[in-house]
Amino acid sequence: MSKNINSMMLKRQSAEKRFRFYGQASLAIALIMLVVIISSMTYRSIPAFTNYGLNLNINLSNENISQDNINYRRLVRDNISLLDSGCDDRKCRKEFLRLFSSGAAYELRDTIENDPSLIGKDFSKFILFSDDADLFYKFGIDNSLPESERRLNDREITWLNGFKELGLVEKRFSTNLFTNGDSREPEIAGVLGAVIGSLLTILITLIISFPIGVLSAIYLESFAPKNKLTDFIEVNINNLAAVPSIVFGLLGLALFINFFGMPRSAPLVGGCVLSLMTLPVIIIATRASLQSVPPSIREAALAVGASEMQVVFQHLLPAALPGILTGTIIGLARAFGESAPLLLIGMVAFVVDIPGSFTDPATALPVQVYLWADSPERAFVAKTSAATLVLIFLLIIINLAAVILRKKYQLKW
Amino acid sequence: MPNYHGLFVILSSLLPCIIFLIVFISIDGFIKGVIIQNHLPNSLILLGQEEVDFSVSILRNNIHNLQSILSLEILSTDSANSLYNYYFFYRAGFLTLTICITTFLAYLAGKKLNVRFDARRNVEKILKFIFFVFSIVAVLTTFGIILSLIFETVRFFSQVSFSEFLFGIHWSPQTAIREGQVGSSGSFGAIPIFTGTLLITAISMLIAVPLGLYSAIYLSQYARPKVRNYFKPILEILAGIPTVVYGFFAALSVGPFIRSTGESLGLTVSTESALAAGLVMGIMIIPYVSSLSDDVMTAVPESLRDGSLALGATKSETIRKVIFPAALPGIVGAILLAISRAIGETMIVVMAAGLAANLTANPLSAVTTVTVQIVTLLVGDQEFDSPKTLAAFALGLVLFFITLALNILAMVTVRKYRERYE
Amino acid sequence: MVDGTENDIKPNGNYSSDNNLLIDCKNVDVFYGDKQALYNVSLGINEKEVTSLIGPSGCGKSTFLRCLNRMNDVIDSCSISGNIKINGEDIYNPHIDVVELRSRIGMVFQKPNPFPKSVFDNVAYGPRLHGKITDKDEMHHKVEASLVRAGLWDEIKDRLNEPGTSLSGGQQQRLCIARAIAVDPEIILMDEPCSALDPIATAKIEELIDELKTNYTIVIVTHSMQQAARVSQRTAFFHLGNLIEVGDTENIFRSPENEQTEAYVTGRYG
Repeated sequence: MSKNINSMMLKRQSAEKRFRFYGQASLAIALIMLVVIISSMTYRSIPAFTNYGLNLNINLSNENISQDNINYRRLVRDNISLLDSGCDDRKCRKEFLRLFSSGAAYELRDTIENDPSLIGKDFSKFILFSDDADLFYKFGIDNSLPESERRLNDREITWLNGFKELGLVEKRFSTNLFTNGDSREPEIAGVLGAVIGSLLTILITLIISFPIGVLSAIYLESFAPKNKLTDFIEVNINNLAAVPSIVFGLLGLALFINFFGMPRSAPLVGGCVLSLMTLPVIIIATRASLQSVPPSIREAALAVGASEMQVVFQHLLPAALPGILTGTIIGLARAFGESAPLLLIGMVAFVVDIPGSFTDPATALPVQVYLWADSPERAFVAKTSAATLVLIFLLIIINLAAVILRKKYQLKW
Repeated sequence: MPNYHGLFVILSSLLPCIIFLIVFISIDGFIKGVIIQNHLPNSLILLGQEEVDFSVSILRNNIHNLQSILSLEILSTDSANSLYNYYFFYRAGFLTLTICITTFLAYLAGKKLNVRFDARRNVEKILKFIFFVFSIVAVLTTFGIILSLIFETVRFFSQVSFSEFLFGIHWSPQTAIREGQVGSSGSFGAIPIFTGTLLITAISMLIAVPLGLYSAIYLSQYARPKVRNYFKPILEILAGIPTVVYGFFAALSVGPFIRSTGESLGLTVSTESALAAGLVMGIMIIPYVSSLSDDVMTAVPESLRDGSLALGATKSETIRKVIFPAALPGIVGAILLAISRAIGETMIVVMAAGLAANLTANPLSAVTTVTVQIVTLLVGDQEFDSPKTLAAFALGLVLFFITLALNILAMVTVRKYRERYE
Repeated sequence: MVDGTENDIKPNGNYSSDNNLLIDCKNVDVFYGDKQALYNVSLGINEKEVTSLIGPSGCGKSTFLRCLNRMNDVIDSCSISGNIKINGEDIYNPHIDVVELRSRIGMVFQKPNPFPKSVFDNVAYGPRLHGKITDKDEMHHKVEASLVRAGLWDEIKDRLNEPGTSLSGGQQQRLCIARAIAVDPEIILMDEPCSALDPIATAKIEELIDELKTNYTIVIVTHSMQQAARVSQRTAFFHLGNLIEVGDTENIFRSPENEQTEAYVTGRYG
């Protein structure tokens, strides 16, 4: 009998250990996945932060030209041809040129426009290799494939190896990633356009959703009569917070673009759509932090003859502000990472220029990630990973702001 | 209190002005369209509705500049001039009207002021009304969603039969127009889309529910407060990572990984398998399950836990037999919300699941979902009024009502739970 | 039915102070974090009698009670030193299985805490856990016997499938006692079992305690001195974490040795 009970006890104890282990294992799996995702993005993004290129001698001394009539494309082409390619036919020269980034001409233009005194001089300019050549230096090439299936043929590989042996090849930090807009060429594509687009969109979101959200929360919390209409509004808000984001995109398309005739691809429309999405988050956060102010404060103020409105704006709101701001920031962070509704209102356009106003065609950073992820060029894999890192980094900053705000101003009752 | 008197005048004059402006902005596009349509040459109108719509939309974007109207070369110089003048008068007239109304109201409000006038109460009344209007925005949004979806869906069903959409098992909206059938293009049987959505949702729940629940149990019942305070926010980071990042991760790493693993086991696996999308979505949803479950389990009264422990129950027995059943409604609510989240999730499936509407329950094959179809049908060039475009709204309506039902069900169960213990 | 006032007489006379010592506590110190809650408490508790722990709020009597079945283990910041022996066995010995220990010591809490299950399942919870009873009929007998002992059977024998939470407060508390009895403990700890109940329910519980002491050793924490006087044979007075005085209930209430005790029991302090 006692032996029976003992074995029973052992069984129960091992069940206990197993159960506890399941809990730890689940938590561990979830956390490991988090680490895997972040580290795989980081690892894959590493190549995107550098570019290979070479210092090309630009020969401007023996030509009689002024700033206005320079054909930069030709200038780059001519100077590249001065490198020893050993070519004697047109096709070969074309292939040789293809090793270099087509963005080189623009960069040369920018350099000369910034410093016109270069005209009439010989100087050297760092120009980038094209994405295929860049990848060759970064990863090498699989020689086992037949030549026709490779991105580079044997002749190109000989040239690239030649540059390397001559010591011309140089690896530099890729500033393009942070200073350029989108491009079809991976080596010159950057996230700046998308980041600006995102910021413009979020600004609109903030301007619309913050006042409406806070004031309607104040109404519901302090002034609304307890009736069916108020209940209905509350249910609506709670439900809206859980409506899939893509449905807001459909609303934006049908209402803002098709009905109101607002421009497609504009941060203005994106901001409107995201603010409808953020609104319930802000309302719920504001109500929660208003509720956390002890009723004694309100009663004390009412007792000295303040009106309801004065109590709210002079006592409740200041006390609840840290919580409200934290909630707002969290809502905005969510909007910042949102892409589905933006796809539907045309913010997936290929936009090279950096948007300058709320109605310019623009894209947002998460959408840029989506666009690049869809691009066939292999070099975009690293670019996309780098863009996700930039996105995550910006989100961390936004969330840190929320944490600091809460830590610093949180009142203890 | 002079402050309130000033505020009263400002509010009572500017408020109608703002309302007026909002009305103006919202009907502006429509009025412009009417003006433009009256100026279009007959030759263009004969080309058909699509051509007219297109011209109206580009003229609308350029209407504020005579030069750019002319450069579009749609209108003759005369009608361009006349259009520009019409537009100019319409704008000017509107502006004058607004200013007049504002001034008049300000005058009226000013006349009302005197020493005895209780400006504060009137200001507060007006403010309360403004706040009320703001709180209606959420309701208006819901109505906006429902109305716009229903409106487009009704147009869709005027071209495609209701039963084909709901019960048809063949979905290929992209095929060219069949000859002799006006307005019908491709086939719109949405069953494969619904089953695809269900399959991916089911896979994600198989991941998220056990992992989320056990994590919540560990964090709320076993972990020391210090451990809990560290790991709970870290776990919630999973919900904060943008879904596009998960989508990229699924498409880039998980999909190929599953494919190569499957192939080494001799299985045929599509690169865009339901399994890859479902797995990654499951990971994303873990915190949605764990966070709320954690809250409801923590809210189970301490006395119940003590009562069970004092009877000689082990911790796990207490959790399984007392805490878990007591918290069950809340946990069910959390799971319902997570399902609703999974059904509506877009980016992961757009990037990692396929476009092909296969009617299959095999997680290794490619399936498509409601959200994927909405995106593919609406991204890029849209043909106005084609059933292809409208189908997206019909799918959107289905999505909205299913998630609405899940959300309300979840809210009701959680509320019941709260009533029991609070 | 016994009215509350009828029970309001002195403790039972037929107890003998030379009962066997069952629980022996020596030099018990308890800390919650940095705060010390019990100072060097040494107290013996006899078998098959009722010992009541009295004292003002925050004096450590509940803390002491929770040491006896190691319920303080649940609180992370709590640490205990000293020596508590039950039947000569140190219960804080690392080899002791807490779960097994608690199945020998029942506990009744301040607020009735029936599980949100049926009355039957509430009582059957413990026996099922410990796997003592697997047979269905046997389980029925066990539940019935426990409810009978807790004086609840006649009132609710037709409501066994209703949730335990639907009973009245007093019934809930007796259900909790039945639940504790069902695991056949040697000792029952009661932490102010009547503080949430009305006088009539309290009287029933007190009557029940009196009956239970023939089979069980009972330690009861109470706020009410009358209750201590009514139900217990021995009384221990705690103050600010110290055990001030312990002795036969009669002596404690009639002629306390300590001035503080006297001040408390006569109502001048507390």
